[in-house]
Amino acid sequence: MVVKCEEVWREVSNYLDGDVSPDLRTAIDEHVRGCKECTEVLDGTRNVINLYGDERMLEVPLGFSHRLHRRLEGNMPGNRRTFLGWMVAAAAAVLVVGGFEVARSSSLGRSSEQRDQRSQQAKPGSGVPPDMMVLVSSDAKIFHVAGCTFIHDKAHVRTMVAREAEREGYAPCVRCLKKYLS
Amino acid sequence: MAEKAAALDDENDGRDRLKNEAALIRRIRDGERELYYELIHPYERRMYAAAFAVLRNQADAEDVAQEAALKALKNIAQFRGEARFSTWLIQITMNEARMWRRKGHAHMMEPIAIREDEDGNYTPRDFADWREIPSETLERKEVRQKLAEALASLGQIYREVFVLRDMQQLSIEETAKALGISTASVKTRLLRARLMLRDLLSPGLGGNWSSRLSFEFEKGTKPW
Repeated sequence: MVVKCEEVWREVSNYLDGDVSPDLRTAIDEHVRGCKECTEVLDGTRNVINLYGDERMLEVPLGFSHRLHRRLEGNMPGNRRTFLGWMVAAAAAVLVVGGFEVARSSSLGRSSEQRDQRSQQAKPGSGVPPDMMVLVSSDAKIFHVAGCTFIHDKAHVRTMVAREAEREGYAPCVRCLKKYLS
Repeated sequence: MAEKAAALDDENDGRDRLKNEAALIRRIRDGERELYYELIHPYERRMYAAAFAVLRNQADAEDVAQEAALKALKNIAQFRGEARFSTWLIQITMNEARMWRRKGHAHMMEPIAIREDEDGNYTPRDFADWREIPSETLERKEVRQKLAEALASLGQIYREVFVLRDMQQLSIEETAKALGISTASVKTRLLRARLMLRDLLSPGLGGNWSSRLSFEFEKGTKPW
C-alpha cells in the first residue's frame, strides 16, 4: 500500500491515537520516513497532544475548590433546618460545651493529653468543616484547600478530610484557610 | 516486565477507584449527602475545564461548574452506571454551559481566527521543524498562556472535542456521548482541532511568540 501526503494528513490524528489498520500504519511509516513535510506535520501534531495533555494546562482559579465546597455545603438538605431542628441543635451544643468544660476542668495541668501538633508555631484552627477535603504534604505541617499556591512539595501531596489532617497534627494554612484561624 | 507490572497496578487502582466510587454513590443516594464532595472532588478540574471550553471566561466557567455539581447531586438517583460517573458529570457540565451561553449570561466573543467547514480538506499552513517539546516548557506561564489563547481561538465545536479528548483524556466514545454526537464527528473535529492548533503554534506564523522565548535556549537550537 502506498499513501500520498494528503492521506497522511487526513489520518494523522487516527495514526497518533493508534486507530489505523496495520497496513495503513506501515504505509504511513514508510511515507513519513522519506517525506520531510509529513514528518513535520506528524511531529507538530504529536507535540500539540503532549503539551495540551499535561495536567498543568487544566488550571483552575485560586480558591475554586474551596468555593465549590462552600456552595455545595450551603445547598445540603441538612443545612436548611426547621425551628425545631435549631432548638435540638442548640440544646445539643449546650450539652457538648458543658461536657467539654467539665472535661477541661478535670484535666487541667495534664499537657500530655493535648493534641500533638507538628508545628509549635502554627495556630490550630477552629470550626474547620471536618469533612472538607484538604491537601497535605508528608513533610509539611500545614493543610491547604486545593488550588492554594502555598502548598509545598506539590509532587507528594495527599488528599484527606480536615478531621483526619487535624488528627495527624496538621494546622490550617494561614492564607487559604484564614477564616478558621480568627 | 516492570512496565507490565506497573500497568497491572494501574489497572487494579482504577478498578478499586471505580468500586469505591460506586459505593460512595450508593451511600449518597441512601441519604449520606455530605459524602458528595468526596465523590466529585477528583473531577472538579475537569468540570471547570469543560465549562471553560464552551464559555472561555473564568467567572462563567466557575459558576457553571458549581451549578453542574448541584444539578448532578439533585439527579444522582438517575445515574444508572451505564457510563462512567466522570463522563456523566462532564455531560451535565457541557449541557449546563451551553444553556448558560444560550441564556446570554456568557461574557464572550466569537472566535475570529478560524471559521472553517468541518468537511473541508486540510493543507498545512507551515512546515516548521517541530522537535519534541520538553514538558518543562509548561512551567512558564507565558507558554501556557499562548497555548490557552490558541485553543480559545478555535471554533466551539473543535474546542469542545479537543478539550474532552486531549486534555481530559476521555475516549472517542466517551467524548461522543458527552457531546451527543457520533464517534465519526468526534474523529473529524479532533483531527481538525489538532491540525489547526499545530498551525497556530507553528513557529513563523501564528507562533512567532516562540522566537521571542527562544533566548532562554542554547544558541542555535529551538525549543521545537
